[in-house]
Amino acid sequence: MAKLNVSRRKFLVGGILVGGALAVGYGFLREGEPDNAALTATTEEGEIALNAWVKVDRNGIVTVAVPRAEMGQGVYTALAMLVAEEMEANFDDIVVEQAPIADIYANITMIKDSLPFSDGHHQGEETVGAWGMAKVARTLGVQATGGSTSVRDAWIPMREAGATAKAMLVQAAARDWDVPAGEITVENGVISHAASGASGGFGDFVERAASEAVTTTPTLKDSRDFKLIGKPQMRVDIPEKVDGTAVFGVDVEVEGMAHAAVKLAPVFGGTLASHDAEAVRGMPGVIAVVPFDIGVAVVANSFWRAKTAVEALPASFNDGPAKDYSSAGILTLLEESLDSDDARVYSEDGDAAAAITASAQPVHAVYKAPFLAHACMEPMNCTAKVTETGVEIWMPNQAPTLVKWFAEKFADVPAENVTVHTTLLGGGFGRRAEIDLVYLAVTIAKAVKGRPVKLIWTRENDIQHDIYRPAAVSRFDGALGPDGRITGWANRIASQSVSGSFTERLLPWAAMDMPDNTTSEGAADIPYEFANRMVDHVPVKLPIPVGFWRSVGHSYNAFFTESFMDEMAHAAGKDPIEFRLAHLEGHRDFADVLRKLAEVSRWSEPLPPGRGRGVALHESFSSIVGQVVEVTANGSKEVTVDKVYCVVDCGAVVNPDTVTAQMEGGILFGLTAALYGEIEIEGGAVVNSNFPDYEMVRLAGCPEIEVHLAQSGRRLGGIGEVATPPIAPALANALFAATGERIRELPISKNGFIA
Amino acid sequence: MLKLDINGASYDVDVEDDTPLLWVLRDTVNLKGTKFGCGIAACGACTVHLDGAPVRSCSYPVADAVGAKITTIEGIGGDKLSAVQQAWIEEQVPQCGYCQSGMIMAVSALLAENPAPSDDDIAESITNICRCGTYPRIKKAIKRAAQLQGGD
Repeated sequence: MAKLNVSRRKFLVGGILVGGALAVGYGFLREGEPDNAALTATTEEGEIALNAWVKVDRNGIVTVAVPRAEMGQGVYTALAMLVAEEMEANFDDIVVEQAPIADIYANITMIKDSLPFSDGHHQGEETVGAWGMAKVARTLGVQATGGSTSVRDAWIPMREAGATAKAMLVQAAARDWDVPAGEITVENGVISHAASGASGGFGDFVERAASEAVTTTPTLKDSRDFKLIGKPQMRVDIPEKVDGTAVFGVDVEVEGMAHAAVKLAPVFGGTLASHDAEAVRGMPGVIAVVPFDIGVAVVANSFWRAKTAVEALPASFNDGPAKDYSSAGILTLLEESLDSDDARVYSEDGDAAAAITASAQPVHAVYKAPFLAHACMEPMNCTAKVTETGVEIWMPNQAPTLVKWFAEKFADVPAENVTVHTTLLGGGFGRRAEIDLVYLAVTIAKAVKGRPVKLIWTRENDIQHDIYRPAAVSRFDGALGPDGRITGWANRIASQSVSGSFTERLLPWAAMDMPDNTTSEGAADIPYEFANRMVDHVPVKLPIPVGFWRSVGHSYNAFFTESFMDEMAHAAGKDPIEFRLAHLEGHRDFADVLRKLAEVSRWSEPLPPGRGRGVALHESFSSIVGQVVEVTANGSKEVTVDKVYCVVDCGAVVNPDTVTAQMEGGILFGLTAALYGEIEIEGGAVVNSNFPDYEMVRLAGCPEIEVHLAQSGRRLGGIGEVATPPIAPALANALFAATGERIRELPISKNGFIA
Repeated sequence: MLKLDINGASYDVDVEDDTPLLWVLRDTVNLKGTKFGCGIAACGACTVHLDGAPVRSCSYPVADAVGAKITTIEGIGGDKLSAVQQAWIEEQVPQCGYCQSGMIMAVSALLAENPAPSDDDIAESITNICRCGTYPRIKKAIKRAAQLQGGD
C-alpha cells in the first residue's frame, strides 16, 4: 500500500487563557472549520475548552486531562509523563484529571487495530488505509480504552501539547525580560535566562503566554534527551488506593440516591415471564419493583435491602434461544465446524496442503480453549439519574462515548442532555467496554423518575451474565522437511466472532458479515517463516454473548500456535528455542527476545526429574513477549508453577515500572485462566457462580516472576494485554517437558493436572 | 438501633441485625474504603478488623460486631499512613487498587500477630484475591512493612 505522509496541518495546538489558566489543546479540524475552532469551544461557564490536554494555572500547577480510563494500567501516570517531559515540568507539580468526552480524544489506534482490513503488524502505520481509519475514528468520535493503545495513541499529541505549552511560556518570558527566546532554558518547572539572571515559574507567565501566537509545529525532544520517559516514576493514582479514598463506580454517592439489585433470566436470551412484586413490597427499605424484558429489579434504600428483596422475589423466566446449548456441546460443534466450506483465509503463502500431503512426517493436532469470564474485582455497576429531559451516568467504563450514545438512546432524551462521569475502574480487561449495565441502570432509574439509582451486580450476576471470551478450537497440520524445518503449516480455527458479536449487540445497523481480525490474531500474523502456510477461520454463530477479554483472540491463538510449534520442535528432535530461531530469519527483534530469554532463564541448564521448562514467544499489540515457565509436577499430577521469566520488547518505554507491573499482572491473569479458567454452560445458562467455582491464582500459588525489558528500537507497542497470551503455552510446554504429557485443551485440569 | 465503635468513633445504626457489617460500613456509615467483592467471604476485599482480628465483613452480621472495636482502611493509619500503607507505596503495589484495602487490612492483622512472617506464613495467611496480579509486589511490600515496623 502506498505510503502517505500524515499531515499535521489537520491538527492545531494552541493556547487560550481560561479562568485564569493557560489551556493548551490539540485539535482536529473538520474541513472548513476556522483554525481556532478547536480551542474556542468553551463551555457556558467559561471553563476550559473540552479538548484541552493541558492547563497551567497561576501557581504553576499543571493539570493534564487524561482521556483514558485508569484501571490499574498506569495510564494517568504515563500520559502525564509525556506532557511533563516536553514541558520540562516538575513531575510533582502535575495533577491528573479525567477528561470529559470530546471527539478529539477518540482512540485512533484502537479502532484501526480492530478493523478487518487493518494493515497487520509487520507493516508501516502511515499507509493510506491507516490514515483513512484515523479519520473514521475521529469522525465516529469513539473515546475508548482498550487494545493496549493508550500510550501509542497519545505518544505524539500529549508530547506536542507539552512542548507547545512550554514554547508559549518561554515566548512570554522572553517578551517580559526582553531577551531572545533562544537564550531561555526551562528545567524542572523553572524558566531562566542565564545571562541576565532572570528566572520564574510557569505560573508567572500564564497570562502573557495566552496572548502568544499559536505554535502549530512544536519541536519534540530527541529521545536521547528524555529525563522522565524511560525512567521509573511513582504512579500518581497509588496514594489514594492505599488509604481507601479512591472513588470507584461502586463508591459513587449522589444526593437522594436509591440502590438497586437485579434478578436476570438465567438462560442467554431469556425473558421475564412472571413475578410477584407484592411478595416483597413490605420488606424493609423497598421503594419499587421494576420488571423489564430480561429480568426484574428491586430498588431500595440500601444495596443490602435491595439484594435481599430481589432474591426473595418470586419470578419465572422464559428460556432463550440458548436453551439447548452446553459448553461441552459447543466445543464439539466448533470441532465439527472445522470441516466447514465456509472458512475465511487470513494468511496464505505457497501451497500448504500440497506440502503436508508430500511430507513423510506430517504432524496433526487439535486444540481447545473454553469460555472465560472477566471477573473484575469491582463488581459491575452503574449509577443513573433519568429525568423528563436528561440523563446523568456515573460509571467505571472503558468507552464513555458508547455509554453516552446508549444512555441517550435508552433514556430517550436529547444528546445535549446526557452527562457521563467516568470513575476509577476496579479492573476492566475489556468487560467495561460493554453497555449492558447502562441499559439496566437507565431502565431502572426511569421507573423511579428523577431519583438517582445505583445498580450493583452481585458476583453471581457477574459470573453468570458476563460477555465471555469465546471458546475456540484450532486444528493444525504441519510438515517437516528433511532439514527439520517446517515446510507446511495449515491452521484452521473455529470460534464465534468477537467483533461480530459486539457489533450486533451495540450497533446492529453496522453489523454485516465481514472478516474479523480478532478471530485469527496471534495465528495468522505469527513471525515464523514457513514456505507454505494457510491460516483460516470458520466463524460460528452461537447465542452466547462474547466480547473483548484481555488480549482477545491472542488469548487462545497463542496457546494453540505456540503449543504446536513445540510439538513440531519435538517431532523434529530439536530444542524448542533453537527450532523457533531457525524459523525467525529476518525477524531480528523476535530472535533477540528469544536469545535473551534463553540467557536469563538459563535455558540450557538441566532441571531435576519432575521439573520442566517451557517456552513461548508471541507478538500482540505491536509488542513481543517471550516467556519461560518452570514447573514441578509430581506423580499425582499436582502442579506447582515455580518461576516465570519474561522478556518484553514494547519499543519505547514510558514508565518502566509500569511495564514490569503489567507483565506481572498479565502473566497472572493468563495463568489463572490456564490453571482454572472455564465457564461451564448447561441448558444455556452458566453453571459457575462465584470465586469458589471460578477460581483465581492467589498469593500462595503465585510464582516468582522475573521481567526483563529488551528494547530493539521498534515502534511503540502496547503493554496492558501482551503478557497474557504466552503464559498458557509456556506452561503447557513446561508440563510436557516435565511429564511427557501434551496438553491440548485448557484449563490444564482437563488433563487431570491439579494446581 | 445498634451501637458500633468504628475507628474510635461511635455510631448508632438502624438496620436489620443480620445485615452484613460491610453494607453498614459502606451504605449506612458511608465509609466506602471497604469493598464488596464476592459476598461470600471468598475474596477478602471487604476485610476489616474486629478487636484487631481480620474479618471478612461481607459475611459478618452487624449485630455480632456490637461491642467490638471495628477498624477499617480509613482508620488503620490514624492520622498518617501505617507502615503497611507506606510499604504499599514504596513497592508501588496497587494496579486497579480495588482489592488493596482488604489486602492492607489482612496484612496489617498478620504483622500485628507475627511481626516477621516467613514466606510460608504469608502464603498461608494472605488468601485475598487480586485480579490484577499484584502478588509479587505484595510479597515484597509485606517484607518491607515488617522492616518499617521494626520486625525483621
